[in-house]
Amino acid sequence: MRLLVVEDEVKAGDYIRQGLTEAGFMITLARNGLDGYHLAMTEKFEVIILDVMLPDVDGWRILKSFREAGHQTPVLFLTARDSVDDRVKGLELGADDYLVKPFAFAELLARIRTLLRRGASANLASQLSIADLVLDIPRRRATRSGKKISLSQKEFALLELLVRRQSEVLPRTLIASEVWDMNFDSDTNVIDVAIRRLRAKVDDDFEPKLIHTVRGMGYKLDLEEDDVCA
Amino acid sequence: MFVRKTRPISLTLRVLLFVSIAIGLSLFLTASLVMSSVNHHFMEQDAAELQVITLSIETVLKQSNDTTQLKDALSHAVSGHHSVYYQVESSQPAFLFRSNETDFTQTTESLQPSQTIDTDSLHIWQSDGKMYRGAITTISESALSFRVIAAVDMGFHLQFLNEFREGLWLIMLGTGIATLLITWLGIRQGHRPLRGLSNNLHEIETNHLHLRIDTATVPIELLELAQSFNHMIGRLEEGFERLSHFSSDIAHELRTPLTNLITQTQVTLNKSREPDIYRELIYSNLEELERLTKMVGDMLWLAKCDNDLIKPVMQPLDLTEEIAVLFDFFEALAEEKQIVLILEGQQPHIMGDRSLLRRALSNLLSNAIRHTPHGENIVVKLETSTDNTASISITNPSDDIPSEHLSKLFDRFYRVDPSRQQQSEGTGLGLAITKSIIESHGGSISVDSGNDAITFSALLPLQNKSGNPVTSK
Repeated sequence: MRLLVVEDEVKAGDYIRQGLTEAGFMITLARNGLDGYHLAMTEKFEVIILDVMLPDVDGWRILKSFREAGHQTPVLFLTARDSVDDRVKGLELGADDYLVKPFAFAELLARIRTLLRRGASANLASQLSIADLVLDIPRRRATRSGKKISLSQKEFALLELLVRRQSEVLPRTLIASEVWDMNFDSDTNVIDVAIRRLRAKVDDDFEPKLIHTVRGMGYKLDLEEDDVCA
Repeated sequence: MFVRKTRPISLTLRVLLFVSIAIGLSLFLTASLVMSSVNHHFMEQDAAELQVITLSIETVLKQSNDTTQLKDALSHAVSGHHSVYYQVESSQPAFLFRSNETDFTQTTESLQPSQTIDTDSLHIWQSDGKMYRGAITTISESALSFRVIAAVDMGFHLQFLNEFREGLWLIMLGTGIATLLITWLGIRQGHRPLRGLSNNLHEIETNHLHLRIDTATVPIELLELAQSFNHMIGRLEEGFERLSHFSSDIAHELRTPLTNLITQTQVTLNKSREPDIYRELIYSNLEELERLTKMVGDMLWLAKCDNDLIKPVMQPLDLTEEIAVLFDFFEALAEEKQIVLILEGQQPHIMGDRSLLRRALSNLLSNAIRHTPHGENIVVKLETSTDNTASISITNPSDDIPSEHLSKLFDRFYRVDPSRQQQSEGTGLGLAITKSIIESHGGSISVDSGNDAITFSALLPLQNKSGNPVTSK
């Protein structure tokens, strides 16, 4: 997976590159708009991450020429100004998603994965499973080792999200938005509590443990436990 | 397009302009009246004199039959009158008498004789360079018909009139100038309170916003202006104070976590440690940084809201359903504390921005859950008030909060207990954000405390006529 990152700020660029590389992507980093534009036009990338505020050619112009040249590569733009106009402008110019600085790294990862998944055919399977956990999507029932786990509707939705995006770290804001349609940063620990209760039902009486807390970032459902899991 | 702005003419000039028109008009009318009445008086005087002369001539004409005697008689007919001239002529038989050398025959040829002599029947003509006013009559005496022309030399009158007119003009000019001067002084004097006001205003600066205009010392015409101005300064002072409090609050709120971050990091770096310790530090820093980020985000949001940059996108909303969604969201959290969330009442649709209202109500609910003791209930009540407003009230058990704190609950960073630290308390901006959102919908929010419970009540208009409601500040 080759990603292009166009970011002029040295520190931010380095850390985004490091983080994404460690997440398994191949990163090409452009430090200014012209280089970024040139790379975007000449090489093939899966996703382009574009900072709007660049010293030479701003992100809007790069995006515009890029789309006018007929390229369809998903573009995620990073902006420091969280104004509706900016967002609308970006999306109108053909951006696929945006993130407002400062953002959580987990959020960036989740958005990139969403963009990568787009286009790929949606998983319409009626059954999802990992280890001995099986989700029956149409009947909204979950079993583990054949035993029925009784879940509320939202708990099932939460578990489904975790299973569908297994091995991915899901930030709390993304979970709140996907499961409860709460599109703002709530200052409560609702998600933590919900995960704790879900974990009690899904993981407590079973092995291996599936739901893991990734400290400082969010939650993920995975077979293997990372060394950072608490 | 470039529009050139011109300053309107000065107030003094306006008043002076109108006063001078008024003065000029009235002086002109007065002068005309005086001139015409003097003129008329002269005419009457002349008419009376000419009548007497004509009468004397008529008497002479009636007494004598002989034309030779007649001339002699006519030359003595009029005595005691100066500057009076007369001429008697007849064609059949030819007769002509002139009291002096000047011949009126040619100049008065075209003038019609009249029966009586009064101011209306007088004629004016010029003979030998002199102006005459005269009367022409026809006197018939035993088959003889005489044309009698009696005239007065107007030179004296005209000279008098001219001098009089000049004098009048001078007086008018003097009076006019004096009036304008006095008016100008009056205006200046009248504007003195304005200049005083302006001097007062000069003293009001950002650090002297407590200063007010003393309304007792301004003239009644300026009272309203002074009062409006005082109100304006009052509002400015309030806003300014709030802003400076907010700024110092921000500084304080940011300084505490920043100090923690720096101290923690410095102490940890002081000597070599196990990797786990570093990891712990970075986690701890991350949490602190995320809180800071959220706080900055919230502050930016509020700043935008203050500047009307947050525009609610109105759509019909079922409040009952919205509350149910929020209950769903908070269910787990409430159950953890064995708190029961209860919804009472029903509500027709309102117009509102779904995500903004969710944020507002979620702040209220999370606030309620945070402050409700274990095992108690939180009641959300929906009502329709008579005045077309939907009311949403959220009641939870709580210690009574003194009223001096109540009104400040919506202030930014306000905490009832200042010693209580921010941990787990959110950013201290939640209720301020809720208030801004409700107000951006044209609604209002209030809080009540008593009987071991606290109730937040939000009022929202049922129908919002315009898409963008008025944002009250």
